[in-house]
Amino acid sequence: MKLRKSAAVAAAIAALSLTATACGGKEGSAGDKPEGPAKSGGKELSYTVKKDVSVDSSVFKAAKKRGKLIIGAKADQPYLGFEDQSTKERSGFDIEIAKMVAADLGFSPKQIEWKTVDSGARETAVSKGDVDLMIGTYTINDERKKQIDFAGPYFHAGASLLVRKDEKDIKGPESVRGKKVCSIVGSTPLQNIKKPKYGAKVTELSKYSECVAQMLNNQVDAVTTDDAILMGYAAQNKGKLKVVGKPFSDEPYGVGLKKGDTTLQKAVADAIKAHQENGDYKKAFDATIGISGSEYQEPPAFTDPK
Amino acid sequence: MDVLLDNLSLFREGFYGTVKLTVVSALVAIVIGVVIAGCRVSPVLPLRIFGTAWVTLLRNTPLTLLFLVAFFVVPKVLYPDLDSFVLAVCACGFYTSAFVAEAVRSGINTVSLGQAEAARAIGLTFTQTMRLVVLPQATRNVVPPLSSIFIALTKNTAIAGAFDNTDLFNVSKTLSNEGYDIVMIFVWITLAYLIITYAINGLFRVLEHRLEVAR
Amino acid sequence: MSANVLFDAPGPKARVRNIIYTVIGSLAVIGGIVWIILRLNDKGEFDPDLWGIFNYSGIRQNILDSLVATLKVFALAGVLSLVFAVVLCVARLSEHRPVRWFAVAFIDLFRSIPLLITIFAFWVGLVGDMEPFWALVLGLTIYNGCVQAEVLRAGINAVPTGQKEAAYALGLRKTQVMATVLFPQAIRSMLPSIISQLVVTLKDTSLGFMILYPELLQSARLIANNTPVNGVYPFVQTVTVFGVIYISLCMILSGIATWLERRGRRAKTGIKVAAAAEPAAVAEIVDTAPDKK
Repeated sequence: MKLRKSAAVAAAIAALSLTATACGGKEGSAGDKPEGPAKSGGKELSYTVKKDVSVDSSVFKAAKKRGKLIIGAKADQPYLGFEDQSTKERSGFDIEIAKMVAADLGFSPKQIEWKTVDSGARETAVSKGDVDLMIGTYTINDERKKQIDFAGPYFHAGASLLVRKDEKDIKGPESVRGKKVCSIVGSTPLQNIKKPKYGAKVTELSKYSECVAQMLNNQVDAVTTDDAILMGYAAQNKGKLKVVGKPFSDEPYGVGLKKGDTTLQKAVADAIKAHQENGDYKKAFDATIGISGSEYQEPPAFTDPK
Repeated sequence: MDVLLDNLSLFREGFYGTVKLTVVSALVAIVIGVVIAGCRVSPVLPLRIFGTAWVTLLRNTPLTLLFLVAFFVVPKVLYPDLDSFVLAVCACGFYTSAFVAEAVRSGINTVSLGQAEAARAIGLTFTQTMRLVVLPQATRNVVPPLSSIFIALTKNTAIAGAFDNTDLFNVSKTLSNEGYDIVMIFVWITLAYLIITYAINGLFRVLEHRLEVAR
Repeated sequence: MSANVLFDAPGPKARVRNIIYTVIGSLAVIGGIVWIILRLNDKGEFDPDLWGIFNYSGIRQNILDSLVATLKVFALAGVLSLVFAVVLCVARLSEHRPVRWFAVAFIDLFRSIPLLITIFAFWVGLVGDMEPFWALVLGLTIYNGCVQAEVLRAGINAVPTGQKEAAYALGLRKTQVMATVLFPQAIRSMLPSIISQLVVTLKDTSLGFMILYPELLQSARLIANNTPVNGVYPFVQTVTVFGVIYISLCMILSGIATWLERRGRRAKTGIKVAAAAEPAAVAEIVDTAPDKK
């Protein structure tokens, strides 16, 4: 009993001191980081916020009333959708796209409320309105279109493979037979690579970054998902990882929004189009995934909202 | 009905995965739990400390945190290249072992004093007393709490679904990704869990009954 | 039976043997710890840079925020689950058969479904639209309410029938008997189990990671995933820090349980406080589930 009591007291003290020290401590950003907010020519990218925008959409009106646009994003994908855990700053290509769209809808970056949404939860988050827009390496496909609508595509990625630098056997999807390949639960490239044609052993986790950590631990041999995502990880872990092989699928990224909201869908598409035309899109690209090694491609043509 | 019929093999796989993980983890938990309970009442001080530390640490940590340790710390620091099923069994089994140890210990406490005294009087050692006299009698009192511990374990295995293990919960996520109606998925998944938990319940009822007769 | 009945007061031979065991046991335990520390050291996990991430005010603020988020859910779910438990327990002991059956079915059902699924179901909107916060609170409330209801029932059944009979004989109505005689005694005798189930509630808040609720474990994962230092992901470090936080919180709760138990024992009422044993041990003696997650 005595031991228990003193242990409890010690634990209480530990917890208290931890919370007490929460104030103070070093300022700035911890750990190795991709660059913070995207910069171009030394200046932070910014977009002119339009005034008096009105879109005939319930989601938009609710956001206007709230004064905040809630955008779902990824938090663990360097150069695409990344959140620095010490400064809570978000950076990456998807984040820039989100800021562009928000600006054209009349919301300044300060008026964006970010929510971290993992891949598996995206449809639910959008369809039940936890987020107004979902911008996070979101591939447009038919199954998802049953539940939500997309504006876009604004970017084309393709599934590829990330391996350790010293890996010699894996050169592309044809050479993964019997190797351990990691991706997230239920993702499409994973379903493909499991097929007898490729014959890989798969490992399913809930975050890509956890797959990368497992690869650095030698628990898996490769990580598969869209090349843009993989290049971000390769750049974050310079000299340890590399992307191999040609993309073996086509993943058009879109902005996810509530099903049936065609006016908002059009407004978002117009916003992205406008920024593609005035050069913001390319600047954002160069300042984010351009750094991690993706080559600039002309933005894909939009599929018209139905 | 469609969801179930269309994906019968997937459901079967998930069901099998949950059952397998539950059974193997339960066995691991029983073995470790009994040993730890033994440690906690043993005459050797370091073992008592070890037993107490084990129970305190594992009982006060969320299982998800243990999964993080199993999947990201163990392979890196201790043994690389373990199967994810083994890692999941470690997390679930170790976690549950702390609860089993407590159940066994309180079971030991319910065996009447005279039994142990008599055992000592005829010259049995600590290990013999435990093995031949106390534990067999404690079993009777340990069975009911064990049943609820293992039902809890069944439900806890759902967490393994997020860590590279095929189980029922994982199936629900895969199917909802494919655009099936989430309500029906949940109905079937819930039913599957009910089958497992009721089976455990029934099994332990029988066991209890048997032991009662043996008295 | 206390532990010392299980073995004799050691004689000279046994004393030597015990000393040998003590030495071997200590060596084994210490050896194990040293081995793990050495392995950690080998892999460079003690690199001050890796631990340095917790020196940043941003990271600390992050941890503090998620701690508050966790405690908010816990406080609300804890209180609500107890209230709900009382309601369910009364229903379970009701004289009206349909009410009783409904309570039995409800408790059985929700105790058998993994909490993860209950929470997820609330979140995806099986019963209306729900914020992650409320989905988590509601899931925890219902599940733990069911468990606590069974604990309370066991407590009420443990109150000697004479108490109830005496109360009725005094002319108290059923509500009065329940509120003034049975529940106070049941709660007192079951306090250790109730608190240990609250510890379970606290741990279960970690399931919020499934539904995007920014609780402690969610932020642990993000910190470990997003803050590589010199190319190493600080899993060992975050797990250690967050493990300590969780264990501290739970130990504080258990500490309160021990303290309350001792206070309860001092006030000599007719019935015995469930046991002098550890709170959780009691939870398991009681026929109810010490369900945990």
